[in-house]
Amino acid sequence: MATPAPKPRIRLDKKEAKKGDLVEVKALVAHIMESGQRKDKDGNVIPRKIINKFTCEVNGKPVFAADLEPAVSANPYLQFKFRAEESGKVVLAWIDDDGSKIVGEETITVT
Amino acid sequence: AVALGGAGPAFAKNDADDLVKAFTGGKTPTKGKVKLDLPDIAENGNTVPLAFTVESPMTDASHVTDVLIVADGNPRGGIATFHFSPRSGVAEAATRIRLAETQNVIAVAKMNDGSLFMDTKQVKVTIGGCGG
Repeated sequence: MATPAPKPRIRLDKKEAKKGDLVEVKALVAHIMESGQRKDKDGNVIPRKIINKFTCEVNGKPVFAADLEPAVSANPYLQFKFRAEESGKVVLAWIDDDGSKIVGEETITVT
Repeated sequence: AVALGGAGPAFAKNDADDLVKAFTGGKTPTKGKVKLDLPDIAENGNTVPLAFTVESPMTDASHVTDVLIVADGNPRGGIATFHFSPRSGVAEAATRIRLAETQNVIAVAKMNDGSLFMDTKQVKVTIGGCGG
């Protein structure tokens, strides 16, 4: 049953930024986002499985987060920006209903 | 027309109004500052591109804290809530959403001073996004 955690796809529009620049993040992760409202062919409700929380931290400081509902499409895509203040790790996390966490990481260099 | 008021029946219904009320604390958001970008017509309701921007300097003194997105024609109203800080630099984001039928999508932005702004956009859906 244990399927490996999908590897998220993360793209920063720049890896090197000047202090104060806006950095655009595009992130996509493979996930069914099962709404819990559909039924299978035998009429049984297909259990809900949703990534309900997404966070982005730069150097451990939160820059963006989102609470997601079943109305977000499968393989959820998120695009947002943050202001470059310091070099460091850009850590993105997707948290599933079951508590499991998918984490992806990029690095930003700020001059 | 967006039904932001009016107490509906207590049984199963789209809860977009309730979600907005919970988010705003019952205050009525002002139209403006928020710009919601969705297609006029979505051929596939399973994946409808949604983007928004909120006018704000995004400084410590004046910034957007949260943006609630709801839809009034899905089985449930909630779509997503986005959280910003001055470090976001701008209050904008994009994602892809499910729309079951033709309906209104509503974005409500909350500022750090508690002021509230909103935008609404109707999307005509050709093939619904909640098939089962």
